Order: sequence, then structure tokens, then C-alpha cells
Amino acid sequence: MTTQAEHRRTDGVAPSGAGDAGGVATRLLPSATPIRFLDDTGGTAPESARGGYEMPPTEMLVEAYRRMVLGRRFDAQATALTKQGRLAVYPSSHGQEACQIGGVLVLRDTDWMFPTYRESMALVARGIDPVEALTLLRGDWHCGYDPVATRTAPQCTPLATQSPHAVGLAYAARRRGEDTVALVYVGDGGTSEGDFHEALNFAGVFKAPVVFLVQNNRYAISVPLAKQTAAPALAYRGVGYGIRSEQVDGNDPIAVLSVLRHAVESARSGAGPFLVEAHTYRVEAHTNADDASRYRDAAEVAAWEGRDPLTRLETHLLAVGALSDEDIGAARQEAEAFAGRLRTRMNEDPDVDPRSLFVNVFAEPTPQLREQREWLEEELGAEDSRGGGEH
Amino acid sequence: MATTLAQALNAALRDALHQDDSVVVFGEDVGTLGGVFRITDGLAGDLGEDRCFDTPLAESGIVGFALGMAMNGFRPVVEMQFDAFAYPAFEQLVSHAARMRNRTRGAVGVPMVVRVPYGGGIGGVEHHSDSSEAYYVHTPGLKVATPATVADAYSLLREAIADPDPVVFLEPKKLYWSKADVDLPVTTAPFGTAEVRRHGTDATLIAYGPALPVALAAAEAAAADGHDIEVLDLRTLVPFDDETVAASVRKTGRCVVVQEAAGFAGVGAEVAARVQERCFHSLHAPVLRVSGFDIPYPPPIVEKYHLPDVDRVLDAVARLQWDDEPDRRHLTRVPA
Repeated sequence: MTTQAEHRRTDGVAPSGAGDAGGVATRLLPSATPIRFLDDTGGTAPESARGGYEMPPTEMLVEAYRRMVLGRRFDAQATALTKQGRLAVYPSSHGQEACQIGGVLVLRDTDWMFPTYRESMALVARGIDPVEALTLLRGDWHCGYDPVATRTAPQCTPLATQSPHAVGLAYAARRRGEDTVALVYVGDGGTSEGDFHEALNFAGVFKAPVVFLVQNNRYAISVPLAKQTAAPALAYRGVGYGIRSEQVDGNDPIAVLSVLRHAVESARSGAGPFLVEAHTYRVEAHTNADDASRYRDAAEVAAWEGRDPLTRLETHLLAVGALSDEDIGAARQEAEAFAGRLRTRMNEDPDVDPRSLFVNVFAEPTPQLREQREWLEEELGAEDSRGGGEH
Repeated sequence: MATTLAQALNAALRDALHQDDSVVVFGEDVGTLGGVFRITDGLAGDLGEDRCFDTPLAESGIVGFALGMAMNGFRPVVEMQFDAFAYPAFEQLVSHAARMRNRTRGAVGVPMVVRVPYGGGIGGVEHHSDSSEAYYVHTPGLKVATPATVADAYSLLREAIADPDPVVFLEPKKLYWSKADVDLPVTTAPFGTAEVRRHGTDATLIAYGPALPVALAAAEAAAADGHDIEVLDLRTLVPFDDETVAASVRKTGRCVVVQEAAGFAGVGAEVAARVQERCFHSLHAPVLRVSGFDIPYPPPIVEKYHLPDVDRVLDAVARLQWDDEPDRRHLTRVPA
């Protein structure tokens, strides 16, 4: 940590922009084109496209494949449950499986993840009970899982506001000498929010071990990237904050894993934060309540589906002999069974005790909250005595 | 020994830092400089720059960063430099700090204190004199402390830092240099306890923060007119002490709430509503409010016309229907 005494010694002596600022900036810049290991259809991309990043171990790729199959099936099941009225709303991450699974696989259990509302698939990949992962979207509570036990912050619905939390949490861990890394999921729209920039700045100044994973899926609900930013790529936002940055083909699971592994271990080693922009695509509408045909062409969606991350990884793993048809069948069967169990559990009506509304507003309820809880109890009692109450 | 309110706050931070390693103090200019009001004076030097440090100039970032640290075992105490400069942090307070415990079913509490120098009367130019308490008290999940005395400044700040929930700690900046003979450390009544600062039988003046000295001075002046006025200091707005307030007004039968903030939908409105709900049958007159006008905070040369003063409080006391005369102020403009 830079001390204030050090700041005093240097402030006013070395004017900003002097010295080797240009050289430092160059080292922070992302590759000119997104890193890729695979071409659009799963063939091998030219070596030069890898930007010097390492091929992840094959076992990691096979595990990623398995979880991507499961994640996609989970996502489809959640969409179906929404149509059946079992979820209030569901923002799909279909097509973003490489980022959803990649961001999880590079973390240790002791690391923290800071997801948005679109990361339900990542939560499941993290090992969180799928019903607890869907609690927010079913609407029986806000966050269904224990963030401390799972090292996973509540899914954030306001945009990018979880970013400074990740920076503070990671900085706190580092102060205690722990090697925890925090990974924040943000979307392309979220990078326009002030909190994203404030978080990058704090992370840079405090050298916090944070990886900012920007899933650039091209749309913020209906607003396309071109209306979101004039930057050549979102990854270039890092350099202004002194943060090492990279851009990656977000539909190339190998590239995503490779770059994120490097980013996480770089942060863990004490080299400071890392910003990764993953170029991907939101295949589905923003949520089930959105109509994407009002703002984009089917041809555009079809073109991106031609770069499907799951297909690309499957093609590659089959080609190198790391995956067999039996393995694929087993992965799909596992996913189907997972979806079936989820369906059964989600078809049960959640039981929420209305009295619980007053718990955990504060550690100890105020006299006013105790009083209001009594009023609700009276109402519930009156309902019961009329035979109309369910509680 | 004579201690200023600012010194009491400094001592509270210092003692908390000494007693609990998880306490950290940060914000804009709080390190080397000691804060623009010097509330953190000497802390970085004496306790180390890892315990009290400067941050980038970004209030939302400061509060969000504090929340992240609070999620991970620390008790951050952050300073917003002035009331109006805390607004960029509003979303972090309202959507995150206030809700974290609730949305996680108690799994994640965020013990953190956001110190905000607030209120006018110091000749501050635009954006340096807001009374922003109503924004915070309207948010379930935030505690809001409004000390007015030197002893409370110390004790309530210590309690805020020890509290398991987020506390917005509103410091009356025009009282920073007020003095009292207080030996520190001192422990006063806990959060959620209003204090009777002056006993009386004829009417109750309810105030908090910078309005308390005005209410006390008005009560002294009213004594000359033969009115024996009780003065309550709310001390914390959340939790709110309904009991002490209602007991006083039931006894006196008359009530005026004094606040610096604009009146419309302010804390005084809430207090007046609560008093009439609980004390209707004891009241001899409508509950009145003395507040700032519903205007953007005025420039310093004319702020004296905006701030409630002793005369305005006495005017309100005079309108409390002592001889069953209806209050003309609000009747004359009502169409027949």
C-alpha cells in the first residue's frame, strides 16, 4: 500500500503525464483485437490471436463444457418456469455461457464473486442451490443464498453498484494478508454508470485484487453498444485508471478461461486489479418481459448463434479427442436430471411468513417495527378467524 | 474541562480506533489534513495511515468501498465533506447499505458510519449548508443520529461505530465550535432516547441538532412571558423515541417542532403527525412547526432570513391558543 508519506514525497515533484507515462499506459492496454483460441466454428484460431496467453489444462476445458451444458439447460428451464408463472421475471444468459462458467471456474472457494441479475447461471455453476439462486426472480425473498457461506454477493439489480463493494471487500481481505480475489460481473450498459468508474479508480489507487469482467453482450435492454460508448472498446476504459486490461472473444470458452485465469492470478499475486472485456451476445431478449424484435434483426441474432460458445467448445474437444459422444450424452443427461429436479422443486409454492418482513431490517427491531409487526399479526389473526388466512 | 463538539468527535474516533482494530476512518482530506473541519485531526499521524486515510474524491465510491469493507470484517467510518456533497453516495446508502441485512436475511450486516457535517449558519456558499436528514430517515434500514451537545457528540458517535447497522451520523456544523465542560470519555443515553433538556409544564419544544440551542434560548425567553416551556432533544431520529415525546406533550398539551430543514415533508411533519396520533386528547392547540422555508438553501448573506430563530419560535409559542383564539395564520387563507 502506498502511504500518504510517499504521496507527499512525490506529489508536485512528478507532474502527471511526465516520465514514462506513455510506456506504462502501453503496458496496460488491451490487445488490439479480442484474444481467441478458437475460430467462429470451433476450429483452431491462428497462434497470433492468442496474444501470448496459455492454453488452459484439458481437464478444465472438459469441466467447463460439462457446466456449460448444465448451465444452458438450467437457463432454458428457468425461462420455461417463467412462462408458467413460477418466476416473476427471468433475464437469460443464453449465449453467454463461456463468461458465466469461465468467471466461476477461475475462482477458488475462498474468492468472492459479485454477480448481477443476469448471472443466475454463474450462481449455479458456483455450486449454489438453484432454488436459492432463483429466489430473487421467483420473488419469495431478495437473496436466497448465504453470501458469506458461498462467497457470492447478492445479485445486484442496480447497475454496477456492486463494483465498489467488491473493491472494498478485496482491499479488506488484502489488509488482513489474505490472498482473496473478488471478481465482479458488469455488463456493457453498466460500464456507463458512475459507480463502475469510481470502483475502477478506487481499485487502481488501492491496488485491490479485483477482476472486473465486462460481459459486453451488445445491448443494454434495447440500447446498442454504439449508443453506449464512443470508446474503441470497453477494455480501453482500464488504462485511464492505471488498470491492466484485456479484451477477449467472449464466445470462445478457451480464450475466456485463459485470460480470466491470468487476470485472477495477476490480481492474487499483488499486481493490482484487472479489467477484462468479453465480447459476447445476449441471444434472448433482456428478460421474458422484453420484445427484442423491436430493436434488432433476426439475422443479427442468427449470425451470433453461429458463434455459439457451447458448440465451439464441443467441436474443439471432440477434435482433440478430449470428449466422446458418450461424454456429451452423459453431460446432457446430467443437465436434464438437474432441470427435472429444479422443475419439481419450483412447482411447489414458496411459503413466506409475512411476519418475516420485519426481521433483519435492523439487527434489533425498533419499537416502531415491533408495533407494526403486531398490527400485521392482528390482521393475520383476523383473516384466520374469518377462515380466509393462509398463515 | 471545556471541550468543543469537534474535539469530542475527534476523541470518539480516536478512542474507537484505539479500542477496535477493525475500525478504519477514511474519506476526502481526512488523512494528512485532518478533514476540512479538523474532525480527524492527528488521527493519521497518531494511529497510522492505514487506520485513517485519504481516498479519491468520489462519494459513491467511498460509501460503496466502505460497504465492501464492512462485508468483510471492518467497521468503516467515512466522512462526507459537506451535506450536499453526500448526494452522490445516496444510491449506495439507500439501495445497498440500508438493505444489505434485510435482503440477505441477516447473513450480511454492514456496520458502518457515514459522518455528514450538515446544516447552515456558518456562512457557507451554495451546496455547503443543506439539512438533508429527511432523505435518510425516510429509508428503512438506516439509523440516523443527530447530536446537539458535546457529550452526545462523543457518546453517540461511539455508539454509532459499535452499532451492527449502518448509521448516518449528522454533525451540526455550526455547533462544531460550541463548548461544554465535559470529561471524556462520557456515556450518555443510548440511541432511541430523547432527552428533556429543559423541564417545563406549559408547552413542549421538540428539536434536534442545530435547532436545539435555538429552542433552548426560546424557552428561556418565553419564561419572561410567563410560559414554562419544556425542551426535548430527539438525539437520534432513527430510532425515534415516541415514548418520551408523547409523555411530554401529554403533560404540557402544547407542542412546537423546530428544525432547520425545509418544512414540507420534513422530520417536523413526521413528529407532528406522531404527536397528534398519540396525544390528540391532551392537545389544547394544533402541533406547530418552525422550519426553514421551502426554498433552496439561500446564499450566506441572506441565510438569517431562512433559519429558524428565537423570535420565530416565540411567535409559534404565542400561537398555541393560550386563550382559545384560533391560529389565524392557517385560517385566513382557507377559502370559506
